[in-house]
Amino acid sequence: MSHPIQAAAFLEDQAKSKWHDETLWFVRDKRDKISKSVPEWEQLRTLASQIKDNVLANLGSYLEEFEKNATANNIHVHWAKDAEEHNRIVLGILKEKRCKAIVKSKSILTEECHLNPYLEKNGIEVVDTDLGERIVQFLNQAPSHIVLPAIHLKKRDISEIFHEKLQTEKGNEDPDYLTHAARIHLREKFLSAKVAITGVNFGVAETGEFVVCTNEGNADMGVHLADVHIACMGIEKIIPKREHLSVFLRLLARSATGQSVTNYTSHFRSPSKGKEIHIILVDNGRTAQLARPKFKDSLKCIRCGACMNTCPIYRRSGGFSYESTVPGPIGSILSPGIDLQKHSSLPFASTLCGSCSDVCPVKINIHEQLYEWRQEITKAQPDRTKGLAMKIANGVFAVPFAYNLSGSMMRGALKILPDSITYSGLNTWGKQRDLPELPKESFKDWYKKNRK
Amino acid sequence: MNSRDLILSKIRAALLEPKDLPIIPDFESDADLKAKFIASIQANKGKVISKEEFLSLLDSGVFEKVYSHVKEFSAFSNIPFPEDAHDLNDLNLAILQGQFAVAENGAIWLEDQDMGLRALPFITEHLVIVLDSIQLVANMHQAYGRIGLKESGFGLFIAGPSKTADIEQSLVIGAHGAKSLRVVLV
Repeated sequence: MSHPIQAAAFLEDQAKSKWHDETLWFVRDKRDKISKSVPEWEQLRTLASQIKDNVLANLGSYLEEFEKNATANNIHVHWAKDAEEHNRIVLGILKEKRCKAIVKSKSILTEECHLNPYLEKNGIEVVDTDLGERIVQFLNQAPSHIVLPAIHLKKRDISEIFHEKLQTEKGNEDPDYLTHAARIHLREKFLSAKVAITGVNFGVAETGEFVVCTNEGNADMGVHLADVHIACMGIEKIIPKREHLSVFLRLLARSATGQSVTNYTSHFRSPSKGKEIHIILVDNGRTAQLARPKFKDSLKCIRCGACMNTCPIYRRSGGFSYESTVPGPIGSILSPGIDLQKHSSLPFASTLCGSCSDVCPVKINIHEQLYEWRQEITKAQPDRTKGLAMKIANGVFAVPFAYNLSGSMMRGALKILPDSITYSGLNTWGKQRDLPELPKESFKDWYKKNRK
Repeated sequence: MNSRDLILSKIRAALLEPKDLPIIPDFESDADLKAKFIASIQANKGKVISKEEFLSLLDSGVFEKVYSHVKEFSAFSNIPFPEDAHDLNDLNLAILQGQFAVAENGAIWLEDQDMGLRALPFITEHLVIVLDSIQLVANMHQAYGRIGLKESGFGLFIAGPSKTADIEQSLVIGAHGAKSLRVVLV
């Protein structure tokens, strides 16, 4: 289904969609306030962008350097060309360790690879340990936002599912109470898991270490209690040097949630005695995106979610309306590169206002890439509905007489046309939009009268 | 071709024009580091307390099982340090020494040697980090400058207690890890 249809479904619950819109705007506002408290904010964005440009230009050698250093630190490095191979590598490690139940902290990459259903099909119990992710997992849903996975749910929804799954009191919607119930439930899981999976925020070529950021501490609870840590990392997450972490860590949490840093920032360099760390470097379409000059910069993304919080479309349509692992503006430039047909409506789910590009901590030209994707999609699918109207418009604009005539005709017609035609289902523009009040005369007529 | 070589060959086929790495300036700050650090920890929902306040807290007996990795407070340890981190599950209080901290965000740096077991700062119900107030740097650039390329198997910035806002954006302290962070600034 296309984005507009999904968005319309989201908007049916007006109170909830209004809350969604306002809550994300509040997060955006927090980001604004804290970013303005850092005098060198804009300079940091430029630095981050420049570092990422260098990364993309030297991706191969940085990955090799990372592999060499990580291997020297006793980390097992694996390479996966696609989602299927990534999943197979994870399952292979679990089988070797005779592991039947794992804990997993937030990893958009494993969502992208559909790791959970794959492991479950193979008899492995997967427990997502980020609170928001555990909530959506209970509901058999995907996260609707990359930083705030359960932002589409109200506490009433969460209270109901916790009552069913964790036997909490019926009707108790207190966030403290519900979080505490999840703490007790997940503590059990942490204590019994032999293998823990995490995502990766940054991989450092220079040291072969990788960094994971959380506020809950769930990634660390998992990996430090397990015997084996599997980290899943998209190849674009590499950065050249340790000192570059300073730039990205100053930007990441401030852009994401308006806090100065996440409460835990963990640097994994080598396993503790008797334990194992595996890291899987995943391509899954990233090298194809790297080869597209207009779109390669989308790979600079550090997954802060700021573009979602600011986007007038995302806030009013919800993450699920994008039907893509990464929703929102950044998802709308990443996903068409993976499946143009499936995601062809996403680059149009934007007003091109440019707010996404303005808040992006690594200065990705998101709105320009949205516009570029529209060109690509129109080329690939020339029969989109606006095609005929555009051809007529082309004829009208090319002939001055036709233009003058059509102008006065429309001014007359729109006055007498009943709303049922102007706002009929055939005119998608008329949905949720009002026509402006019509001028009595054309600008040309006005100019003739008033020119002195 | 194996996947490693396939990925690397596809990257090289993209033939991107070279881009230089930028030089990161120092971003000197003339802020009062101590005041800034205290404000940052408070914003992260932690607390900064004095040594006297901490001692009277310890004496009050609110913490049943205590482990101190800091010599100065080792008299308060009342459990043997286990080999297996799972045995720390009912620990009420861990006392650790931070190496240094960052004023702009309250992040305190710890390495393997400062934790004994990597799970310790997370699994404990409450966490106290002792920090020397002369060990403050202004920002993350200075922090990484100070860490340099030192090799620790695990390095950690802790900036506050475990927290979440995943239920309707309501902030809740004590998600999975420590329910409180107190920094004893000496």
